[in-house]
Amino acid sequence: MAEQTKITTLDKVVVRFSGDSGDGMQLTGTIFSTLSAIFGNEISTFPDYPAEIRAPQGTLSGVSGFQVHLGSKKIFTPGDKADVLVAMNPAALKVNVSILKPNSIIIIDTDSFQKNDLAKAQFETDNPFTELGLTSIQLVAVPISTLVKEGLKDFGLDNKSATRCKNMFALGLVCWLFERPLEEAMHLLQNKFSKKPSIAQANIKALTDGYNYGHNTHATVSTYRIESKKAKPGFYIDVNGNAATSYGLIAAAEKAGLKLFLGSYPITPATDILHELSKRKELGIKAIQAEDEIAGICTAIGASFAGNLAATSTSGPGLALKSEAIGLAVMAELPLVIVDVQRGGPSTGMPTKSEQTDLMQALYGRNGESPLVVVAATTPTDCFDAAFWAAKLAVEHMTPVILLTDGFIANGSAAWRIPDMEKYPEIKPLYANEYKGEADWKAYRRDEKSLVRYWAIPGMKGFEHRIGGLEKDYTTSAISTHPENHQKMVETRQAKIDRIANYIPELEIAGDKDADLLIVGWGGTYGHLHEAMEGLQEKGKKAALAHFKFISPLPKNTEEVLKKYRKVVIAEQNSGQFANYLRGKIPGFTPHQFNRVKGQPFNVARLVEEFTKIMEA
Amino acid sequence: MEIQEIKYQAKDYKSDQYVRWCPGCGDHAVLNCLHKAMAELNINPKDMAVISGIGCSSRLPYYMNTYGFHTIHGRGAAIATGVKTANSDLSVWLITGDGDCLAIGGNHFIHAVRRNVDINIVLFNNRIYGLTKGQYSPTSERGFVSKSSPYGTVEDPFIPAELALGARGNFFARAIDVDLKNTTSVLTDSARHKGTSVVEVLVNCVIFNDGIHKNITDKDFRADRTIFLRHGEKMIFGKEENKGIVLDGLKLKAVTIGEDGYTLDDVLIHDAHTKDNTLHMMLAMMNNENGLPIALGVIRDAEAPVYDQCVEQQIKDVQSKNPTRKLHDFLMKGEVWEVK
Repeated sequence: MAEQTKITTLDKVVVRFSGDSGDGMQLTGTIFSTLSAIFGNEISTFPDYPAEIRAPQGTLSGVSGFQVHLGSKKIFTPGDKADVLVAMNPAALKVNVSILKPNSIIIIDTDSFQKNDLAKAQFETDNPFTELGLTSIQLVAVPISTLVKEGLKDFGLDNKSATRCKNMFALGLVCWLFERPLEEAMHLLQNKFSKKPSIAQANIKALTDGYNYGHNTHATVSTYRIESKKAKPGFYIDVNGNAATSYGLIAAAEKAGLKLFLGSYPITPATDILHELSKRKELGIKAIQAEDEIAGICTAIGASFAGNLAATSTSGPGLALKSEAIGLAVMAELPLVIVDVQRGGPSTGMPTKSEQTDLMQALYGRNGESPLVVVAATTPTDCFDAAFWAAKLAVEHMTPVILLTDGFIANGSAAWRIPDMEKYPEIKPLYANEYKGEADWKAYRRDEKSLVRYWAIPGMKGFEHRIGGLEKDYTTSAISTHPENHQKMVETRQAKIDRIANYIPELEIAGDKDADLLIVGWGGTYGHLHEAMEGLQEKGKKAALAHFKFISPLPKNTEEVLKKYRKVVIAEQNSGQFANYLRGKIPGFTPHQFNRVKGQPFNVARLVEEFTKIMEA
Repeated sequence: MEIQEIKYQAKDYKSDQYVRWCPGCGDHAVLNCLHKAMAELNINPKDMAVISGIGCSSRLPYYMNTYGFHTIHGRGAAIATGVKTANSDLSVWLITGDGDCLAIGGNHFIHAVRRNVDINIVLFNNRIYGLTKGQYSPTSERGFVSKSSPYGTVEDPFIPAELALGARGNFFARAIDVDLKNTTSVLTDSARHKGTSVVEVLVNCVIFNDGIHKNITDKDFRADRTIFLRHGEKMIFGKEENKGIVLDGLKLKAVTIGEDGYTLDDVLIHDAHTKDNTLHMMLAMMNNENGLPIALGVIRDAEAPVYDQCVEQQIKDVQSKNPTRKLHDFLMKGEVWEVK
């Protein structure tokens, strides 16, 4: 009977797995994304989980979601709205009702849609669909819990362990829906539960039962076919932004011939960087969990002084605590990478939600004139390149570098081609023993062109020196409070950062050369803004996108690019921090602004709508 | 071929910078002792990193002809931890004061001690804030009158030894600035100890807290009011060297040998190396008000796993089981698929 199922071929589709935070939706979503990437689809994912470790079961606050966007063409975002929703309980249905496309497929576990469950999700009637006004949907209602328990009755598992496999039954159903062969999923599960073979087997059984259920009952819906895309040949893995950031730092350390050191303190959503680097002992990485945020950066500064490639990872509140120490690294002119995975603020704010509200803090959040480099990663996989660049600039220019990512790209994942490291630029520290000047070497002797001071590392004979937070004399490197000298040192530290513009790529423009609207963004909104630009083009409008990865210093052609277009809109997930920064840098620049601070990614449809209004105004 | 061993002199550790402490400040003496201790240890100046926080004593790295890093207030312990963990071949010193170490830097201090990272902490305790011109510190006695406590403080002080041992410290020594010989020897011992060592040096602030330690440092009664402890030796003190420390029930007691039935056999022998810190704590807490001498010298010097060595060892252990050394090779071992 399966052959009667209607097969629909699509360019792209959005699937959202949603359930209680104990339902294993993150694992389900991750496996499905990986399967799809292996199958040859483009993917972009968005885990959206609650701050509570385990909110009360079945309640609205406990809903955990994982969204994946699959496509046969380039995919830039996890998508605005879902074509398929897996709702493991009524709360998951209710929370996601606003992101459903018309005629979407909803898969529910009927065992979890009983009177009690409906009450926990604050439904007032017995029919949640009518109550939510869901009329045009394709419902796949399956007694998943019952079927899973039945299917696993010979496995000798207790009731709770058996029930925990219901997410795999749902995954099996979705695999059937998208014609995904199960072999890879089985392989992934075997790896995941390699130490618990019986659990692996139970999960595989539930997965297979789910798939067969779909196949045998040919549920009442159509199945989807997303053609695979011919990607650039090579080896691929699925990677999220935090992992890519970690790998970028490792790659930079290898290129520079330096040992990698991470001093960090756990903080959402940056902790996975600490986790990843703590695991990589075989690569010789020292990752230490310090007693607090300040000690995190201070151990890193110590390691940098001792000659390591040093980094610290944090989020906004942690960056605030680190500011005095960052100032020390500015003053001592030591290389250091500070990763700020931005989250909703101020204060504790919304730890699991994403924003771009730390830009001004990164640029200016220190006492004194304290210039440094700010780099922002644009996508989960770009975190690799951004971290590599951050480390390169830190080491080669003897400066702290703040790398801004955000919760969205840190947790979102995409297929990533394992890079050919020989194609990445070299990283060459300027060591003190390369100093060839006529005057004796001193700690603050500089390369004339880049103004970078030479790096002398403890253990190097003949270069013993003292540095610190006090102002130093430009020539003798001894402590100085001389007024003219301070002016000169302030200017020199700024000029050193400004000159980095000579060493970074120019700003690139995507889209129409003769665009009527230039969209400007920075960091983790790249995907949404790119899709918005495409959306405008599909409507026959001429649009372009200039997306910034290098924020301080700005690329050399910034002013030229921004002044070329009649209308410019700066879109960011804050109240206008980058717009203000650019206005300060470019006299007479009067851009439009689009600002949203909701802790959620941009909505592409909304962007297109707003940009259209600006174009037509 | 003749190999000549280099023997460093105290002057090899002196930098060309003019020492800016006030004339008569106790810090001068400690600096000289440190130069002498370095020479005795024969550490190559290139392999030495002297880290400090903020405060009068924290200026010290500028006066050393070694690698030095004058950092920010209170964070020296964390920075020194990073230096040592990054390169365990270096001899790492932390120069700090009672405010820097025990007030703003208290958290980093206790955690450095707890981790037992192999750094040598020299705590200059003058019981006052000097650089900010005379406020009470976390080691000032209750009731101490200062610019920020014009009616006397209403808080109890830390006793550095109690804090260090409470944080599970394995090396604690106490010295006084005017006793150059013993300060040098204590600093030398602290460098030889593997793990965090804490040397509290009681220093005089000639401007804001002159004579704060006078009741024990004054030559007239130093011998009777202090005891210099040496591992393996009897706890004897006094001008006549006729007084000793004995255990009286669960308490320490100072006695005169030959009086009240006490003989030399009753006097305790100092065991700095024992893991149990009970007696070390009691010795460190002795004070004149209890009729006991202030303990100087190495009070505790016990062996324990050393943080920076453990970090290195863990890497070696993992590497012995896992041959992957490059990022690319690691990535290729993951859930990889190939596009041809």
